[in-house]
Amino acid sequence: MTGSSALIEMQDISKVYRMGETKVLALNGVSLSIEEGEYVAIVGTSGSGKSTLMNIIGLLDSPTEGAFAIRGQRASGLTGRQLADLRNREIGFVFQQFNLLARAPAWRQVELPLFYADVARGESRRRAVETLAQVGLAERADHRPEELSGGQQQRVAIARALVNRPSLLLADEPTGALDTRTGEEVMALFEKLHEEGLTLVIITHDREVAERARRVITMRDGVIISDSGGTAVAARSGRNGLSEAARSPLPQPIAIDHAEGKIYEAG
Amino acid sequence: MKLVRYFPVAVDSITANKMRAGLTMLGIIIGVAAVLSILGVGRGASADILDEVASQGTTRLTISPSTESEGEGAGAPVQTLTMGDVRALFDPAFHPDVVEVVPQFTGNIQLVAGSSNKQTRVTGTTADYAGVHRLEMAEGRFLTEDEIARMSNVIVIGTAVATDLFERTQVVGESVRINGEPFTIVGVLEESGNAGFGSNDDSGFIPIGAAHGRIFNVPRYRGDYTVTSISANAVSEERVEAAELQIEQTLRLRRGLGAHDDNDFTISTQASLLDTIGAVTSTLTLLLSSIAAISLVVGGIGIMNIMLVSVTERTREIGLRKALGAHTSDVLLQFLIESLVLTLLGGLIGIAISYGLALLVQRIPNFPIDILIGVDALILAVGVSAGCGLIFGLYPAMRATRLDPIEALRYE
Repeated sequence: MTGSSALIEMQDISKVYRMGETKVLALNGVSLSIEEGEYVAIVGTSGSGKSTLMNIIGLLDSPTEGAFAIRGQRASGLTGRQLADLRNREIGFVFQQFNLLARAPAWRQVELPLFYADVARGESRRRAVETLAQVGLAERADHRPEELSGGQQQRVAIARALVNRPSLLLADEPTGALDTRTGEEVMALFEKLHEEGLTLVIITHDREVAERARRVITMRDGVIISDSGGTAVAARSGRNGLSEAARSPLPQPIAIDHAEGKIYEAG
Repeated sequence: MKLVRYFPVAVDSITANKMRAGLTMLGIIIGVAAVLSILGVGRGASADILDEVASQGTTRLTISPSTESEGEGAGAPVQTLTMGDVRALFDPAFHPDVVEVVPQFTGNIQLVAGSSNKQTRVTGTTADYAGVHRLEMAEGRFLTEDEIARMSNVIVIGTAVATDLFERTQVVGESVRINGEPFTIVGVLEESGNAGFGSNDDSGFIPIGAAHGRIFNVPRYRGDYTVTSISANAVSEERVEAAELQIEQTLRLRRGLGAHDDNDFTISTQASLLDTIGAVTSTLTLLLSSIAAISLVVGGIGIMNIMLVSVTERTREIGLRKALGAHTSDVLLQFLIESLVLTLLGGLIGIAISYGLALLVQRIPNFPIDILIGVDALILAVGVSAGCGLIFGLYPAMRATRLDPIEALRYE
């Protein structure tokens, strides 16, 4: 994979969870590559494997099989400490529930990744306030979460994700806890960030959110069943490329709860 | 230094939950205050006793019979110390460093005055007793040589005895009855002011001859009356050891003890007494403070409990911090320093409380003891509370590090 220009490179990624006696195959040979500056939505029902895929892209989880690399750096074989540093440097997380610290002012929330990056206190505060301005919250730097609206809270979280200038913004249902109007605010912010050249990966089951992305990847039962912009992947992929995966039945039964939600296919 | 940066994080987290932090610290506060106060009382008391002993002179030697080591009467003093020994010790040729020799025979007996009576400790002794034991007179005088020689029925009493019998202390010339015999009071001792070690407030002194011959049923040994103990004075502090040797030699000779025989008497000096007292008070202090230390352990367990609750409550926060790039060591230090700050704060409050207590006690007039808190005790208190935080915070902090960030972020 060295020499590749792709930001994210996944080759035949499988992930097996053991739950007592049963094995759950959450990802079944997924290959995917995401270029710098792309705006990607990963969609699928719960149990489709999209969360697992997100955790692997976010370096929170490691695949059981297959190779994963970010910026040409292979993740397998890295220690917990190296992974943490890589997360800190390369990835900005945005969560559905914002995950802000209670009682801390906005600039302290945003500063958090810089704390772990060992940036000096004065410098980190300056950068936090700067990043807050970037998401339109310059006036709210000293406000605490309970003094902010949901949309503002999510923007604080986005500022926190951006403050260490990551390669990739990874958002998990970023509008899931917001009403339509504030959700729209957040999506507009993503649009702006994309135009500024940031790579965005959004995991969602919201059709409208997914349609904003330039590329939509649909997951079902641990495989990618469609990829609207995945030409590069299709060219490179092996047995689990999109066309083949969409056609062929699954090789193994998967013990996953399908009860919730209908299958939604994008593109 | 990154370590320092965890402290504001810890302080934030503690101030976010002031009530809970306060209640959690209470265990440490009480523990530290209790340990410090008890150590302080122990130190105050032993300083008091040491003063008292020193004020009674450092040249004094006390000879007392050994206790029986076997047989029926084991533990009781052997009855071989006699007036004969006293007379022998008077010989300056063999005891150049011994200046005063004072026999004592002490027993508990009832004193009667009119319709009042009091059980008290009465010592038969000689005129030199007042000098050797540094007695101060409040009224009248001590026993005289003449009264000793004539075995007169005279008595010197302590203030407690005087007030119990007569409800006043100006009682010179009054008479008390012992075993039906009238004794004239010739003096009242100065009040020693405490009921503790070395106080003579509850005592009476009569001529040794009267005690031996009439008041107590004193057994004889080889024809001489036995005594309870003999006090002697060395010429100077430097000669105490020499005096001790001279006395030992005479007594061994008089008993015909061979080279391998043990003494059947004990010679104690003020120095050895000080050692003994020091050992006793430090043992007592140790005992009491280990009981107080238990409250510190209980407090520490409280800290551990709350830290475990805190880790569970903040599962999502921990997951978030890990996702944002916190190392395992970052999470460990964050929680460890939080419990450290908690216990250190508790320790400091405990120190303040024990200091307040010490100041309060100083202001109470006639309070028998002072609380003395030394710098070493302070360092100990700070060290122990910090140690408590680290030890009892370690397990919760390790629990926090073991959280899987994926699970933690999903935690409701």
